[in-house]
Amino acid sequence: MAIQRKANVHILDGNQAAAIAAMMSRVQVIAAYPITPQTPLTEQLSRYVEQGELQAEYVAVESEHSAMAVCTSASLVGARTFTATSSHGLAYMHEMLHWAAGARLPIVLACVNRAIGAPWNVLNDQQDSISQRDTGWIQIYCRNNQEIMDTIIQAYRIAEQVFVPVMVCYDGYILSHTEMPVDVPIQEEVDRYLPSYQPHTVLDPANPKNYNLVTLANPRVGVDGKLCHGYMELRYLLQEALQNSKEVIVKSGKEFNQLFGRDYANVFWEDRNEDAEITIVAMGSLAMEAIVAADMLREQGIKVGVLGLRVFRPFPKSEVVQALRKSKLIVVFDKNISYGSEGATCSEIKSALYGTYINAAIRNFIVGLGGRDIKARELVEATKKAIASLKETVVNPDYPEWICEI
Amino acid sequence: MGTRDCNHICDESSPGIGEAGRTGEWRTLMPVIDDKKCTASKLNKPTCFLCWLYCPEAVITKGIPPLINLEYCKGCGICLQVCPVQAIVMIHEEKIAD
Amino acid sequence: MKANAVNLIEQEWILPGNRTCPGCALSLAYRHTLKALEGQCIVTVPASCATVLHGMYPITAVNVPCVNTPFASTGASATGLVAGLKALGKKGITVLAFAGDGGTHDIGIQSLSGAAERQMDFIYICYDNEGYMNTGNQRSGSTPLGAVSGTTPILGKQQYQKDITAIMEAHGIPYVATCSASYPLDLYEKVKKARTIEGTRFLHVHTPCPPGWLFPFSDTIKFGEMAVETGLVVLYEIENGIFRLTSHSESMALRGGNLQPVREYFISQGRFKTITEEQIDELQDWVNARWKHCLHRATNL
Repeated sequence: MAIQRKANVHILDGNQAAAIAAMMSRVQVIAAYPITPQTPLTEQLSRYVEQGELQAEYVAVESEHSAMAVCTSASLVGARTFTATSSHGLAYMHEMLHWAAGARLPIVLACVNRAIGAPWNVLNDQQDSISQRDTGWIQIYCRNNQEIMDTIIQAYRIAEQVFVPVMVCYDGYILSHTEMPVDVPIQEEVDRYLPSYQPHTVLDPANPKNYNLVTLANPRVGVDGKLCHGYMELRYLLQEALQNSKEVIVKSGKEFNQLFGRDYANVFWEDRNEDAEITIVAMGSLAMEAIVAADMLREQGIKVGVLGLRVFRPFPKSEVVQALRKSKLIVVFDKNISYGSEGATCSEIKSALYGTYINAAIRNFIVGLGGRDIKARELVEATKKAIASLKETVVNPDYPEWICEI
Repeated sequence: MGTRDCNHICDESSPGIGEAGRTGEWRTLMPVIDDKKCTASKLNKPTCFLCWLYCPEAVITKGIPPLINLEYCKGCGICLQVCPVQAIVMIHEEKIAD
Repeated sequence: MKANAVNLIEQEWILPGNRTCPGCALSLAYRHTLKALEGQCIVTVPASCATVLHGMYPITAVNVPCVNTPFASTGASATGLVAGLKALGKKGITVLAFAGDGGTHDIGIQSLSGAAERQMDFIYICYDNEGYMNTGNQRSGSTPLGAVSGTTPILGKQQYQKDITAIMEAHGIPYVATCSASYPLDLYEKVKKARTIEGTRFLHVHTPCPPGWLFPFSDTIKFGEMAVETGLVVLYEIENGIFRLTSHSESMALRGGNLQPVREYFISQGRFKTITEEQIDELQDWVNARWKHCLHRATNL
């Protein structure tokens, strides 16, 4: 049951929503390096700190690699930390992303999705965050600015329970620089939802511990005589934490609903999927465009539903299978490409369906790379093309189709 | 029994002597202090202690006489080099048995 | 009271039975650094021989809190420790970054420079064994001219060392100093002084490496002393822009300023087996010129 509360709607762009959410989460250390299109977010946070609205250390680092190193070390002394980046910045952070997850530090990172060079391109696609898929971070994608605000607040609640860092991803420009109405929570509500950070470890001279030492392949007995992990056991625990985090993500979403009246007890968004024969799958703001496309296709008598992926890591396999159980055709739109293979979300869907009774055809389209405009009309055309292809063959093609003019 | 009982979720290490084992076993030459020559021992007062100061392993005590922890002394021989009165000699390990 | 071997704190923060090679100067330098800080510190260490000293999970050979951090990130990691402690209102803990020359002169210079420009409140110690010794001795920005290494295997290094202390001084930080593991009391005094100063403090410590430089384990102190006596290493500190010679460099200057010739230092180390007489002469000229500059700059002679 959603509670009755007074709306506090502001017109905000995605970066402003993210900055307010970080402030309301009472982050204590922020380290960031400017990169388009994340820049207004980090500027806004430095303004909050300089104005005294946010009691935090703002560190204007000299690189994204350093931004994440500041976050990992600050987190190890017990501070709640935040950073934001895009594209090349995220790529430059890559090494430290592994260390944040490997040391189980609940850092939250806003990734304003942008294409990666070469060649230079500052516009949106999701190649940057998808390229960091295997770093051990939880990844949650937002469809609109309200979700950006709500997801960042939820991200701390999730991260600090499972001790896994969370990457909150939202599309550059399409969300980061586009204003829309956002219901802003009040601080007392956020404080009630988000207790202060209780670290699993703290660097302290009174109880000296040493973190991230060389670790052997096999377990080793510690000074207290207890058998401690080998490298592989530590890796297993990270995988287990991500596996278990799905439940915490759903629970945190439910609890969010109880306080704020917006329900996030889901790992993806569904639209008219109950009776759909065809399901369109998309992630991020593209999922909103897919709903418009479904409207248009429904008007033409085609039973289309939408699956808007929200949580990409951990990937919600069983939930996806459940949602797609009636589909005869699954059309997956990816704003990324695993070169030589296909779109990353398409691979996930296929992997989830393997060995189930679902024998739907799958068609993958690569769209919107480097800011290429993708409208509902084009999603409609692609879906129709996918339907027509079923007459030729039901075998899934080896490679995706690209919506471009080559 | 698995490794969960250690309750670590990340690589968290505690201080311990002999982390690399009994490093005294690395030694081929063993330092021996001649108390008749050692300044601190001879004068029976806290003085000199250069062997203690320069030992990279912290295995020499700042006592009278200074004692070498042979369980961990790697036998580098720095103490012999820094001793101003040549009170330290290095002897071959196999001679200990003799 | 000045520190001496008799009055120096007896407590140890480096534990016996660790993984350093016999005669390791880094171990000696680290030992006296932690004594000067009396263990009231949090340490960050990048990939280096100090990682080896720290040991293998779940046991560590040091009795201070530490985080081991990727190679390029030491300055940023120290920044994070400082920022985190400040945000939480924790006082009285010194943040210490302890990195090798590869981690300082080469891969770590960006994060160190950034942190120093921000005047982050930590002590950064570069222990300089003049190469990538942890990976088996490859050339670094601090390997001297003429030294053979894994990546200068036949000809020896053709370039001079990077003067990291001068680079750090140019950041306008309140304290920079050079030290040698062979002069542990001078190192101790400098760390102790640095502890009382706010802002970024940088100390460079010359740490001879027996297996990398190819000399006997017992001669670590001797080679460190020779480096100072020849002027290849000059012990000084610059506090708020005031340059002072210290320790043995100061006494050499006061005794007329004569240096020992560099030749013996080079020909008695295996790593200089291919050094030429011309290179030795060249290095002698370089040493003489720098020593003259130091004597000219020193305010305490």
